[in-house]
Amino acid sequence: MSVFVNKKSKVIFQGFTGEHASFHAQDAMSIGTNVVGGVTPGKGGTMHLGLPVFDTVAEAVAATGADVSGVFVPPPFNADALMEAIDAGIKVAVTIADGIPIHDMVRLQRYRIGRDAILIGPNSPGIITPGECKVGIMPSHIYKKGNIGIVSRSGTLNYEATEQMSSLGIGISTSVGIGGDPINGTDFVTVLKAFEADPETEIVVMIGEIGGPQEVAAARWAQKNMSKPLVGFVAGVSAPPGRRMGHAGAIISSESDTASAKMDTMEALGLYVARNPAHIGQTVLQAMREHGVKV
Amino acid sequence: MNIHEYQAKELLKSYDVPVPVGGVAYSDKQAAQVAVDIGGSKWVVKAQIHAGGRGKAGGVKLVHSIDEVKKTADAMIGSHLVTHQTGPEGALVHRVWVEQASVIKREFYLGFVIDRATQRITVVASSEGGVDIEEVAKAAPDKIVKEVVDPAIGLRDFQCRKIATGIGLKGRLMPQAVKMMKSIYRCMRDKDALQAEINPLAVVSVGEEEKLLVLDAKFNFDDNALYRQRGITDLRDLAEEEPKEVEASGHGLNYIALDGNIGCIVNGAGLAMASLDAITLHGGRPANFLDVGGGASPEKVTNACRIVLQDPNVKAILVNIFAGINRCDWIALGLIQACNHLNIKVPLVVRLAGTNVDEGRKILAESGLTFINAENLDAAAAKAVAIVKETAL
Repeated sequence: MSVFVNKKSKVIFQGFTGEHASFHAQDAMSIGTNVVGGVTPGKGGTMHLGLPVFDTVAEAVAATGADVSGVFVPPPFNADALMEAIDAGIKVAVTIADGIPIHDMVRLQRYRIGRDAILIGPNSPGIITPGECKVGIMPSHIYKKGNIGIVSRSGTLNYEATEQMSSLGIGISTSVGIGGDPINGTDFVTVLKAFEADPETEIVVMIGEIGGPQEVAAARWAQKNMSKPLVGFVAGVSAPPGRRMGHAGAIISSESDTASAKMDTMEALGLYVARNPAHIGQTVLQAMREHGVKV
Repeated sequence: MNIHEYQAKELLKSYDVPVPVGGVAYSDKQAAQVAVDIGGSKWVVKAQIHAGGRGKAGGVKLVHSIDEVKKTADAMIGSHLVTHQTGPEGALVHRVWVEQASVIKREFYLGFVIDRATQRITVVASSEGGVDIEEVAKAAPDKIVKEVVDPAIGLRDFQCRKIATGIGLKGRLMPQAVKMMKSIYRCMRDKDALQAEINPLAVVSVGEEEKLLVLDAKFNFDDNALYRQRGITDLRDLAEEEPKEVEASGHGLNYIALDGNIGCIVNGAGLAMASLDAITLHGGRPANFLDVGGGASPEKVTNACRIVLQDPNVKAILVNIFAGINRCDWIALGLIQACNHLNIKVPLVVRLAGTNVDEGRKILAESGLTFINAENLDAAAAKAVAIVKETAL
């Protein structure tokens, strides 16, 4: 098992022939990802990386049975590409793009209503189930197979947490980057639900940041609905209010948006909270010990 | 991207939203001429800066003669206006907006935001106008009404009527309110605004009649959509932005000046925030937030070093890179280039991890330059803080 993607996933890349898509498609294949082709409008009928290229996602799905798409399309065209993927029956669409206009996301989220597809991102490192499937831009060699689920807004902080765990011998079931934008295709709660249902995941790490209500909403949901221990960290205790800290969504607009306020609430709701970004690995280890979870 | 009040009012006017008759002026003479041209017997002179809190800081003045308009404009233009949002150094006033003064009966709040919880445009309104809406939300949440807009259907008349009724805009004011809300919604959507705030929206007397008028307006636009908003991009006022932040954004870097002494160069917003946090937790103070982004070239890294070093307070630099889509070897080459070209006198603490980390470390080690290597985030922050403390002794 694992969540959202596994070794059975049939993956295509949209914007397949571009530089980043090519690089990460190859890296994905090197860890065993079942990449079945790609889409670049205008290049249909050609081959790339030894795989077929299609003009439309619908053609790619019809020919390959693809159910997962990595959408490596520039921000101005990304929301359209995501709608195309969903329209074609893709079940998990992953978008890396940083810079999709927010009104495009508002429309996209409306479009998704009643359509059964998971959307990971935007502004996300993607998703990886180590040894099975990667759709994203993370350095796959740092992800070792294991029993800890990770969900984060930030990409690099996801890598950071992974390395801290790895240095303690702790591996990952699936790591999901939901992205740093104000509107995420998938929120923390959706990913926590999936981890709760996944037999291979024994503990979940949730890495948030300043801005927005979703870390606290997720912690509240977890307190009522989750049997597995949840470890939390929120970046930005030193961030000044009113400034957008790199990510479009990382801005303190009210007191409840601060990292400290979020971590206080998480702690009050019974989460394991790493107050220091360098202690995420140790905090996971503590949770594992206290719950008899083996590395 | 933010714009000035006068630009917001001109934009709203183009959507048939009623705003006071007025004009912008860059000198006292021009201000007097505007007052003469628009006529009337009372005017409001308003300093045009992006920061809020102008009224309390003396940036909004009611005057009763053309001579007073001139004097007030003269005092404002060229002065530094200090509000609770500008910081102690204040913001330089380059221009004023002169408008006819209104006979205000009541004031309201009307805001359009993209609500993160519903992921839709939400109209927020209150019968408490002219004050901070966050304060109203805390003190009297029952005085705030909200309507969420379905993007596929748009803001409907009945929703506007609900809002109008909710804040007490009745009778002949109601159709005006409905028209105004729909226009502002359309403007927000057309122009890719993240936020449109009318505060205060006023009921004013015009002879025997009462009518709605926008007394102040704030807009915030989506930087990610500026590529398709030429008219909005033209409204950008670089003088209102931190010069280093403007320069950094020109190089594709995300830089925010802070008040500490440890310069930071990091990839990824989350790791950058966490690096500042780690420095703070070790008792140090970060001088800046800087995200080099993904796929950073050596030139980009060199530019990052240059921008960080423009801050004279910087006593050490922490470089923290966890490369995914980046390459540690490119980062290392950029650091060496920076050392060779910029005459860097402060110590550099470097933590590299991820893609091509071995190549990156090798390049640094063989450069003949002195870099303080750190194995992980914690060690990097600790070393940077220790260095700054030593140099302070």
